[in-house]
Amino acid sequence: MNNQAPGLHGKMSRLRIRRLMNRLVLSIISIISATVFLIILSLLYMIVRKGLPDIDIHFLIGLPEEIDAGGGVGPFLWNSIYILVLSLLLSLPIGIGAGIFLAEYAPNNRIMEWVRAAIESLASVPSIVFGLFGYALFVEYFQIGVTILGASITLALLNLPVLARVSEEAITAVPSTWREASFALGATKAQTIVKTVLPAAMKGILTGISLVACRAFGESAIILLVGGTSSSGEMWDFHLLSEGATLPVHLWYIQSEALVADAQQIAQKTSALLVLLVLFLSFIIRFPLWLSQRKKRY
Amino acid sequence: MEKLSPDWTEATRLLTAQRQRWTTKYRFDRLFRFFCLTSIVFLIVVLSAIVLFVSKTGLLVFRDVSPWEFFFSSRWDPEHHRYGAAVFITGTLYVTFVTLLIATPISISTAVFIAEMAPPRLQQWLRTLLDLLVGIPSIVYGYLGATLLVPWIRKLTGAPVGDGILAAAIVLSMMILPTITRITDDALCAVPNEWREANYALGGTKIEMISKILLPAAKSGIAAAVILGMARAIGETMAVVMVIGNVAQWGFDLVTPSSVLTSHIVMQILNVDFQSTTNHALYMMALLLLFISISFIMMIRRLRLKGGPSS
Repeated sequence: MNNQAPGLHGKMSRLRIRRLMNRLVLSIISIISATVFLIILSLLYMIVRKGLPDIDIHFLIGLPEEIDAGGGVGPFLWNSIYILVLSLLLSLPIGIGAGIFLAEYAPNNRIMEWVRAAIESLASVPSIVFGLFGYALFVEYFQIGVTILGASITLALLNLPVLARVSEEAITAVPSTWREASFALGATKAQTIVKTVLPAAMKGILTGISLVACRAFGESAIILLVGGTSSSGEMWDFHLLSEGATLPVHLWYIQSEALVADAQQIAQKTSALLVLLVLFLSFIIRFPLWLSQRKKRY
Repeated sequence: MEKLSPDWTEATRLLTAQRQRWTTKYRFDRLFRFFCLTSIVFLIVVLSAIVLFVSKTGLLVFRDVSPWEFFFSSRWDPEHHRYGAAVFITGTLYVTFVTLLIATPISISTAVFIAEMAPPRLQQWLRTLLDLLVGIPSIVYGYLGATLLVPWIRKLTGAPVGDGILAAAIVLSMMILPTITRITDDALCAVPNEWREANYALGGTKIEMISKILLPAAKSGIAAAVILGMARAIGETMAVVMVIGNVAQWGFDLVTPSSVLTSHIVMQILNVDFQSTTNHALYMMALLLLFISISFIMMIRRLRLKGGPSS
């Protein structure tokens, strides 16, 4: 008993040290995480707090001013929405179609492996590379200048590989028994995909669409090169060949090059608008999903 | 042929209707397959066109500039036909390195907190928050950096401008933090619960479980998360443009205005002639970016093949 005491004592103190370490490191981790979220939330709050109260209808649809204070961002907001919708219209069918092909029709061979690797690599290529391509194609080769059309197409190209990849992953995750059940009921492959597989994969696909939409909405390098830094100066301009500056580019322009008197206020309001619109965008794209999950739960 | 009885007419009608239905059914089947095939072919053609075009234009620079000068000279002076890109290449690598130095430890501890320590309800909230943060336009981070961070750095370090590698790295860290955290979180959650329980059964503490079981088991997933964050940091353009200063000079002391590949391309491309050597040099820089990001993804694929705990 007596000669075991030091050993036991040593063990006890080692246990105490381990417990102390445990508590110490865990609290450090909690403090770091709490700080991170606190900083992020307070930055977001600050952006919205500074900008939101001053946003009025005149700012949202008014025309920008070059020198005087009091201009709006109407054409840029409009271009943002217009380009986003156009690029999604172009990229969604092709991207999801390619995803479906990769998941359902593609033969399992070397070439398809290569294609998959290529698409995955291109999904994270810097947007500036696509921007250079768009600039060379539309501004230099077709000589149409900086346009809404060019910006939308280039954005669509940027998003194609991401969409193809996300939808392929979502579709592959659907269990094969579901497909077999559909075949057993006499459905063709296309019917099976459209009526069984796609609804089941909708959650993943919608997440991907939301990702892509936010990326297209916030992209600035491509727009700067292919869409330009100014707009046609009119509101509700549907013309595809007008200049296509969007809100993010306008924020950059106001912050670094503009001469307008109230540049600081405009920048504050624009960034608040950007944050709110992105939150709104990811919310409405996921909303149907959230609704159906809620229904399922009860 | 005799007159058909009423029964026969009825049967023929049904059969015809059935055949009609089949035809549309199979026509739709073929059309759908054709549509998917066209999509993937279009995707492949367009993407390879982009890669080919950028490579072809970029490699033209070596007609006028030696590879040695392009990669190792720091003198960028198109007016005197000097096209050294070393400053921008080093700048990109340096910014990425500092960014990872800041973002990786913070992201991993945040991910550990979310996956292992947060109560379920908080977990749900934090994950949603991170998913939303991924979508915040990078230009907003750049704007914050230019208006808040740069004056702050200027005050703190006494640097004359405040723009530079440090500002860019902090802005980029903010930007890639949600990405790395979210993917690391997924990797941690893929570690089977039995492994955690085995640790507790052997008398291990929570932090021992995290450092000796969880992190090693999820290491390929974590590596993939870091590489993906790195790819985003390297490719980011406008947020960096707003805080780095855009001067073609070394920025080793972190607070001297400098340049990286992306910011230099976007600042120069609008002022150069398409057929000029400057333009080719800029395309060569884009080709470098393309090459770097493709090799990152190849690394991630390699990691995935080796497999995490889930496979």
